[in-house]
Amino acid sequence: MEGYAYTIWIILLPFLVFLVTGVLSLRIRPQLAGWIGTAGILVTLVLSLLTAWNYFSAALPADGGWPTVIPVNYTWLRFSDTLVVHMGVLLDPISIMMLLVVSIVSSMVHIYSLGYMKDEPGFARYFAFLSLFSFSMYGLVLATNLFQIYFFWELVGVSSYLLIGFYYDRPSAVAAAKKAFIVTRFADFGFLVGILLLSWYSGTFDFLALNNPDGAAIAGAASATFMGASVLTWALVLIFMGGAGKSAMFPLHIWLPDAMEGPTPVSALIHAATMVVAGVYLVARLFPVYHMSGGAALEVVAWTGAITALFAALIAITQEDIKRVLAYSTMSQIGYMMLSLGVSGYGGEEGLGYTASMFHLFTHAMFKALLFLGAGAVIHAVHSNVMGDMGGLRKYLPITHAAFLVACLAIAGIPPLSGFFSKDEILAAALHHNPAIYGIALLVAGLTALYMFRLYFRVFWGEEKAYAHKPHEAPLVMWGPLMVLAALSVVGGFIPFGHYVSSDRQVMAMHPEMSIAVTASVVSIAGILLAMWLYRRPSALPAQIAGSLGSLYQSAKNKFYIDEIYMGVTKKILFAGIATPVAWFDRHIVDGTMNAIANLTARISSVIKGLQSGHVQQYAVGFVVGVLGLVVIFIYWLKF
Amino acid sequence: MIPGVSLIEILTVSTLMFFIGVYGFLTRKNLITILMSLELMLNGAAINFVAFNKYLYPGQPNGQLFALFLIAVAACEVALAIAIVINLYRKIKAVDVEQVNTLKH
Repeated sequence: MEGYAYTIWIILLPFLVFLVTGVLSLRIRPQLAGWIGTAGILVTLVLSLLTAWNYFSAALPADGGWPTVIPVNYTWLRFSDTLVVHMGVLLDPISIMMLLVVSIVSSMVHIYSLGYMKDEPGFARYFAFLSLFSFSMYGLVLATNLFQIYFFWELVGVSSYLLIGFYYDRPSAVAAAKKAFIVTRFADFGFLVGILLLSWYSGTFDFLALNNPDGAAIAGAASATFMGASVLTWALVLIFMGGAGKSAMFPLHIWLPDAMEGPTPVSALIHAATMVVAGVYLVARLFPVYHMSGGAALEVVAWTGAITALFAALIAITQEDIKRVLAYSTMSQIGYMMLSLGVSGYGGEEGLGYTASMFHLFTHAMFKALLFLGAGAVIHAVHSNVMGDMGGLRKYLPITHAAFLVACLAIAGIPPLSGFFSKDEILAAALHHNPAIYGIALLVAGLTALYMFRLYFRVFWGEEKAYAHKPHEAPLVMWGPLMVLAALSVVGGFIPFGHYVSSDRQVMAMHPEMSIAVTASVVSIAGILLAMWLYRRPSALPAQIAGSLGSLYQSAKNKFYIDEIYMGVTKKILFAGIATPVAWFDRHIVDGTMNAIANLTARISSVIKGLQSGHVQQYAVGFVVGVLGLVVIFIYWLKF
Repeated sequence: MIPGVSLIEILTVSTLMFFIGVYGFLTRKNLITILMSLELMLNGAAINFVAFNKYLYPGQPNGQLFALFLIAVAACEVALAIAIVINLYRKIKAVDVEQVNTLKH
């Protein structure tokens, strides 16, 4: 327990930086705000690395499992003696893994932003928001209980909203920010109901109690049933709904592509590496509960992940905007992580899916952040998001080109880069538990290679476009982080992940299966070769293929019309069918009743107010007549 | 106890005084006359106190004390009322109750 008390500063420091830069954003020089923000995040990076070192270098306890350490746990709200809400810090292998991901990517993005956002109006505001986001994300990953995770869950949603809408003078950015907020908020409603259900039955919010392998805390929820499934399953599916909203799982994914309206480093940090994997982290955090609830909830997780992975990969092939391709790729890869969690068992070799999912989360954060930052460097150079405006950039941007190629190879799963190892583990886990999902995952691996190298060849090879001015390489603050992330993308796969992260905390040996590794690599290389054949040189082939696919291509290009379906459902059914009649009822019946009462009162009073004439003697007459009347009543009628 | 005069006769007088006061209060327009009518009513009530005390409970002074108390209160009330009337006169140059009707809806 001792020795980790400083970890509270990992959360508090970015918050202090946010307050300082936020309050003073108009008073201090923007560059200074940038330096304060970057310095703050670098301190938390050092603290995170220190924490990881201390935790993983310590001797394992006698039972061989990594311990859960709660160095700080402050009682925040006390509802009853059993139901207490804490705010604190929980350290275990996955929270430390997330801590590393967040601090590394956030630091790189801060440094990169110093160059990328240079001379933007609102530079100080940008760094204040980045600090707010870092604070929220640290609070989320280090949460000790469901309530705290929900609290910070909403805070990352707000930071995401603020940063997507950073260019608030652009109507599309404002619309995207609102869309992201509303869709995730809608999903969080399910999350909240799930938390309430779970805590109602178990009487606790704490992960430590909920995840206890003896299942004592969740026994009540597991035995109660509702509509054919246990309440526990319902609660977990609802919690997963929150996770699906944040992680852009089908069908709650519609906000993520639009969120690319934000600045590119923000997309790298929030919408690729950290916030969008919060849903995966949430399921992993509650994984023992998911496992103990029986298979149904995990089945939902697995199939949602698999469908999203395939669906997003198909869309990614057809998109023209470089950032949108990456956004759909992110969705697809998060779908991978989800399906891996969904097929995982608990303990020993059974828990391979869990380890693989966390492994992929880690490696994906590195190479996807790299891809986004690389895309940012490209956009910085050609001032356009659209692939049609790019081509032949490898001569102008050699460093970016190299980094981007590394990231593409990593995400495609080419050995020995990091993506190969994690994807391989996911495929192995899927094959052993659900061959159908394995098939989907393998197909998606090929599609991933195809769309990533389509992007790569179209941007860096192909025909040179007429650029307004010669594209130039980004400054050091921008390509430095690219190099760091590229290095991590290369070596990340050699981390013996099973040693550190496993479903039951025991040390697990991972041994790659040759057959799966070869199959996956062959599929990926086939995807790359196909992309090379189609896109390396300008040719009419892609257009011909698109034309021959006809409606399938069109619907993928239009994102399978999900946005249109949402608009139809909300406008035609919700607004026209429900909201309008309800508004009419409210305006005419509810308000009408109240107005009628008020009008009646006013009308009666205008009739009788003439009685108050101001003539004292009239009042006196009334008084005398009244008294005489009372006298008559008392004497002759009531007979006093 | 006045020899040869019964309680009913005294009560008749006091009742007449009271209702003459009521009539004056309701019909006169001059504020001073209205005040005088008020005094008639008060004095009618005071006669009742004294008469009941004298005829029904001769051994006790309660009714007479009430009458004294009533006279004192009436004096205060007159002082107050006259002050109001004088102020009113300074303001609207009249003591007509019909013209004092601004306190209304």
